[in-house]
Amino acid sequence: MERPLTQHITFPPLEIRQYEAIGGYQAVRKAVRHMQPKDVTALVKESNMKGRGGAGFSTGMKWSFVPMDVPGPKYLVANADEMEPGTFKDRWLLEGNPHQLLEGMIVAAYAIQATEAFVFLRWAYKDAAVAIRKAIAEAYDAGYLGKDILGTGYSLEMHLHTGVGRYMCGEETALLNSLEGKRATPRAKPPFPQVSGLFGKPTIVNNVETLSFIPHIINKGAEWFKSLSRTADGGTKIYGVSGRVRKPGAWELPMGVTMRELIEEYAGGMKEGYGFRGVLPGGASTDFLIDKHMDIQLDFAGVAAAGSRLGTGTMVVLDDQTCPVGFVHNLEHFFAQESCGFCTPCREGLPWTEKLLWAIEQGRGREEDLELLLRHTEWLGPGNTFCALAPGAMEPLQSALKYFRDDFERHIREHRCPYHDPEPAIPASVHLHHTHHL
Amino acid sequence: MLSMTEKEKIEDEIKQVPIKKAACIEALKIVQEHRRWVSDESIRDVADILDMSPEEVDSVATFYNLIFRQPVGRHIILLCDSISCYVMGLKGIHAELTGLLGIQYGQTTADGRFTLLPNPCLGTCDHAPALMVDNDLYRDLHPAALADILEKYT
Repeated sequence: MERPLTQHITFPPLEIRQYEAIGGYQAVRKAVRHMQPKDVTALVKESNMKGRGGAGFSTGMKWSFVPMDVPGPKYLVANADEMEPGTFKDRWLLEGNPHQLLEGMIVAAYAIQATEAFVFLRWAYKDAAVAIRKAIAEAYDAGYLGKDILGTGYSLEMHLHTGVGRYMCGEETALLNSLEGKRATPRAKPPFPQVSGLFGKPTIVNNVETLSFIPHIINKGAEWFKSLSRTADGGTKIYGVSGRVRKPGAWELPMGVTMRELIEEYAGGMKEGYGFRGVLPGGASTDFLIDKHMDIQLDFAGVAAAGSRLGTGTMVVLDDQTCPVGFVHNLEHFFAQESCGFCTPCREGLPWTEKLLWAIEQGRGREEDLELLLRHTEWLGPGNTFCALAPGAMEPLQSALKYFRDDFERHIREHRCPYHDPEPAIPASVHLHHTHHL
Repeated sequence: MLSMTEKEKIEDEIKQVPIKKAACIEALKIVQEHRRWVSDESIRDVADILDMSPEEVDSVATFYNLIFRQPVGRHIILLCDSISCYVMGLKGIHAELTGLLGIQYGQTTADGRFTLLPNPCLGTCDHAPALMVDNDLYRDLHPAALADILEKYT
């Protein structure tokens, strides 16, 4: 099985000479010397590479929206602000093979004729910061960055930007505001960043895993990329599993492996004494899948058909001894905290869902709370908010209400969390006179 | 007042960007690197240097989780409170840690040694539960391991 993305991952990562010795920077040489920018974009488009950050939009298509006849600066940004709860795939690529990312960035930058490139790295990834800083310096020394790259006349400057912590920075327009030194609130679209992005100039933002794949597509072609996959979505994908499984971890596998293979084979199945209840297939902002979905193929279409999203491809498993209400409360606490506060449904609605869930988890929930939670999943759903944060936050909630409704009802009926508390929080007689607490 | 070093570093950052304001986050990071936190006075100083209003600088400073607008201890503990850590035993880690330190989230120990903060997902979910002390990441945590970890920081 080919593992182009991860086969050369080492700790510490390869230095530039070692990376060149295994064929590194050949894609840069090939692209800038022998390909027109539009041909690079066309090749990536033909490969059908879909963005690995979560949205799954065609990478080549995204690049093709950049106006090529506009003078002045253009920007390329690697989104390395990995902060989706349950996601730990980009850290692996960043710490283990920074030159692969840089090479992909240089090729992508050439394709859109960018003048400057940024790695937007989250603060917590300290080892990655060291690795990338070193790799950038090495790439400058070797002539892959700076003025007149490899004597071709193409020039590119690259910078590392470390963030100061906010989930919103993962949203590409919010990320651009943050790079401009502002609050990371999302921007209205259109105009899309491809036309008017960083400092109002054409800008492409791509995920680390997406960009790390670009050198391999340049070297080996679109057909090879498609052949790596078991499905129409090409390539390999980094999948991960965390939670109470025997062997939590991340693996590069053909796109379209089944959930059963991933959880049972690679993650070794559930830990001794724990049963499987469900899984968030692609990070905190994806709908739960349950045992009946075990044989679905994990590609963009396969997970969508099962009612969820591939997202980041890193799964969080819910076991039978973890309270689903507590689990979802933890997620909504995160989303409520990380909401940028810019639009009302998200700013007001998320804390409300968090409080409702906490009340239920504490044994203070009432029957009508479930209806209220359900209505929130509509009020905060797609089309009602400025960006995808709140709709994403509603995905695990709406699916938990569907698949684990019994657990919610039992909390309310018994006035306690059956997983944690042996005693009811509120004696039944008191509850009879309980008034609306919202 | 900002030190000469802080000023020089901020001026260097201004040179990197097309408009002064764009250096705001970098300027706040520089101040925090030197003083551990960003005071009202520093907000005004940064505003002066960037031709911004103090309110605008403060709106940026207070937006981000890791710019501190209150004094903090010599070491910052960031305890991951996101989902994989929640499943894998956050509750026990949190109980032991707050017990050892005698403080809750957002507080600093009386000797000024530690500030304890919750932090969203640290991106090491296959080794949950996890925390960071300053620049150091600790993974696969067990409550019994915490005392030794704290011992390393004076």
